[in-house]
Amino acid sequence: MKIDMPKNVDEALESTSLSGILDRWDYQGTRAKAFEGVDFQALRTRIAKVKGGVADNFDEVAETFKKNAEANGIKVFRASSAEEAKEYIANLCKEKEVKKIVKSKSMATEELHLNKHLEQFGIQSDETDLGEWICQLAHHTPSHMVMPAIHLNKEEISSLFSDEIQQPLDNDIDKLVKVAREQIREKFFEADMGISGANIAIAETGSIVICTNEGNARLVTSLPKIHVALVGLEKLVPNYEDAEPILTALPRNATAQLLTSYASFISAPTLNDDGTMKEVHVVLMDNNRTAMAEDPKFKEALQCIRCGGCLNVCPVFRLVSGHVFGDIYTGGIGTILTSWFTDLKSAEEIQAFCIGCDKCKEICPGNIDIPGLILEIRRRKAAKEGIPAVYKGALQVINNRKLFHSLLKVASVGQKPFAKDGFIRHLPFFLSNFTEHRSLPTVAPVAFRDLFKTIKQPKSDTKAAFFAGCALDFVFPKTGENIIKVLNKGGVEVTFPEDQSCCGIPHWGSGSFDMAAKSAAHNLKSLLEDDPQYVVVGCASCTTALKKEWVEVLQSEGMDDLIPQAKKVAERTYMFTELVNKLVEDKKLIPKEGVDTHKLTYHDSCHAKRHCGISQEPRSALSAAGYEIKDMKECDTCCGMGGAYTIKQSDVSMNMLKRKMENVQETGAEFVSAECPGCLIQLGGGLDKTDSNMKAMHPADLMIDKFQ
Amino acid sequence: MFELFKTRAEASGNTEVKRFETTLEALDFINDFLKEENIQDVAGSYAVWADGPLLKQIDTKVMEKKFPGLSFNVTRELAKGARVGISQLKWGIAELGSMAQDSADVEQRLASALSWIHVAILPTTKIVANLADFMKKMHPKEYKYMTLITGASKTADIERVLALGVHGPDRLVILCVDDLEVEGA
Repeated sequence: MKIDMPKNVDEALESTSLSGILDRWDYQGTRAKAFEGVDFQALRTRIAKVKGGVADNFDEVAETFKKNAEANGIKVFRASSAEEAKEYIANLCKEKEVKKIVKSKSMATEELHLNKHLEQFGIQSDETDLGEWICQLAHHTPSHMVMPAIHLNKEEISSLFSDEIQQPLDNDIDKLVKVAREQIREKFFEADMGISGANIAIAETGSIVICTNEGNARLVTSLPKIHVALVGLEKLVPNYEDAEPILTALPRNATAQLLTSYASFISAPTLNDDGTMKEVHVVLMDNNRTAMAEDPKFKEALQCIRCGGCLNVCPVFRLVSGHVFGDIYTGGIGTILTSWFTDLKSAEEIQAFCIGCDKCKEICPGNIDIPGLILEIRRRKAAKEGIPAVYKGALQVINNRKLFHSLLKVASVGQKPFAKDGFIRHLPFFLSNFTEHRSLPTVAPVAFRDLFKTIKQPKSDTKAAFFAGCALDFVFPKTGENIIKVLNKGGVEVTFPEDQSCCGIPHWGSGSFDMAAKSAAHNLKSLLEDDPQYVVVGCASCTTALKKEWVEVLQSEGMDDLIPQAKKVAERTYMFTELVNKLVEDKKLIPKEGVDTHKLTYHDSCHAKRHCGISQEPRSALSAAGYEIKDMKECDTCCGMGGAYTIKQSDVSMNMLKRKMENVQETGAEFVSAECPGCLIQLGGGLDKTDSNMKAMHPADLMIDKFQ
Repeated sequence: MFELFKTRAEASGNTEVKRFETTLEALDFINDFLKEENIQDVAGSYAVWADGPLLKQIDTKVMEKKFPGLSFNVTRELAKGARVGISQLKWGIAELGSMAQDSADVEQRLASALSWIHVAILPTTKIVANLADFMKKMHPKEYKYMTLITGASKTADIERVLALGVHGPDRLVILCVDDLEVEGA
């Protein structure tokens, strides 16, 4: 039976085997258990330091490895390119008359397309890792770094095996594994050469470390008389003791194990079972790694230990798998590695799948800012090629709030001017035409900036400047009003600097850092005008801009003179519930007594939880307001909105929402709350599609009559 | 230390840990075990026993006579047809439930990697607390090939479902012997 690899999103989403398999595995729960008693932050800081240090000195560490391994009797070849590595191995095969090769899992050999290269010389390479063997039989590329055949179900695998052995087979997984054992075992005994990768290469001792669960690497390195290990430079560590943090993190993060079944340290050739001496070759491969190390941004990606954990938590990867979100290397980190090791063009396409939820960054044992680097690919692409004119036009419009406002006034009546030429599709998400899946939230007849003038507030010396953001200003002005009323009860008078414009997150997310910096500069001036004590924001995405991105984006665009002001704004910025929580703690905001308790589940928006580190404060504030919090499963997994993402990748976005809705509804809560208008539109749209009475509401709307 | 080692090892995939005060008791167990596993001179039912300090304490000729099919000369063909592979390990790591093998002699690898059941003999006194402590005891400078073994050979490559015995043993029996270090190595 021929099984096609899914070539596009639609095929991937339709495939029944893809989405279910990773979801059935409680990766995050089992991973947490495996890390019990381990200080993960300290561990990953150590790994990043060791590997970052090596990347600063690839040449020196590689030479030390070569010297020490050669002193032990290992032949070491330093290949600067993929071509050189392939040629070395092919020549060795010719010289030693190698006809059959067994391989244990090696992503580096995938990077070279080594099997294909050797095939043209009549050399048969057989994969022995079960997942890799399945991929080989199916003529598929691996879809996951650690679980290469995760995209296939047992029925499909059974049919592949059945074709291979020309016998009917049932779908029992244990039996299928035994079939593989029997088939592959013969290959171990017949092979002239074994090819492996390495998880670690230790310069001090000239050793390579190979981890497997199946035990195939032990056979690959024991039964054939020649062993060749293909090792990327980034696998080097200086000393023996540096292997310890990697061996601690790798199995725990990859498969939630304390250690793989087998971890072998090979430091020298040993005798074969016929008494001859084994030949051991290590091919230390550069293939653009040195260039990567010289790039100030991307150097960080060389801290990757190839655990694949980032794929397991990625809400997009879990839906579409690595054949759509990836190339040879898959998922988020795969996109980055692809851009340097295999195919920049393909990486520039794949990067669009990253929704920027930062879930992977949180669990990366190499401490790599994976979404940040993907954004950097996007930024460089935008700088190189520019962004489409219509999109650029839209981004320019939202940077000019007054023009935006007047255009929207027209839009609230008709929306027709926007519909022209697809212009509307590139406006901020909440104005876009996604009626296909959800109803378009209507632009409010009176924008917040006009409504504000009618709100009467008690005077106070404690002042907060309100940064409304596009959504609260134009679509949810009532929520803006409620924010003010709640804060008034806590003794805070709220100002609204009228000159404010878009926070710049849409520009930043599209890779247009120059426009994002302009937006930051414009807003800084306006927000600091009255020297307010607080800056309060009712949107998690805007909060991220004010607290974090403005400083970074100004730095990146060389606008250093504005950084002190950006830092001042960052220090004073509070997300609304964060400020409410502070006012409650300070006894300035007093909950009403005797209010009815309502059950509520809180969705952590990616920007709040992972960009700003705010997750406890909203829960405490909502509890104080009389809500009983019932956390849903994966409460901090992205809802699929992601600003423009929901338009550009609408099918993926909708499937992410579907999963989110299942978790939301399972709680049986009366309300689902999130402090991000984007998430609320997504969640509200999802609820509309069900019979549920549950409501998606902003915390301010839930708190309006809950304080004295 | 032993208790933690036992708990962690037994959680690592079809692994049993047994403790014996004396080498003699451990040998009795192995005798019974080979009988139970029906070791005989038929491919698939062999047992191979790789060289190790404990073997100094037994008469291998007598054992071989008692169990046709048991061999102390571990070849690739015998190991391939072995139901049981026996070998002695150097260190145990309590926190991980792992054991360290000096794998420089290929027969150590053949016996523990090709058979269906690996019987691992470990001096109880050689269990250390964690990976860092182990690394202070065993250094690649002195060992050409060393392997940390944790549980049976396993995979979850098909639908994330755990399956044992992919290429190596599907069962691991660890015999911790209290007096072994004293008399043996």
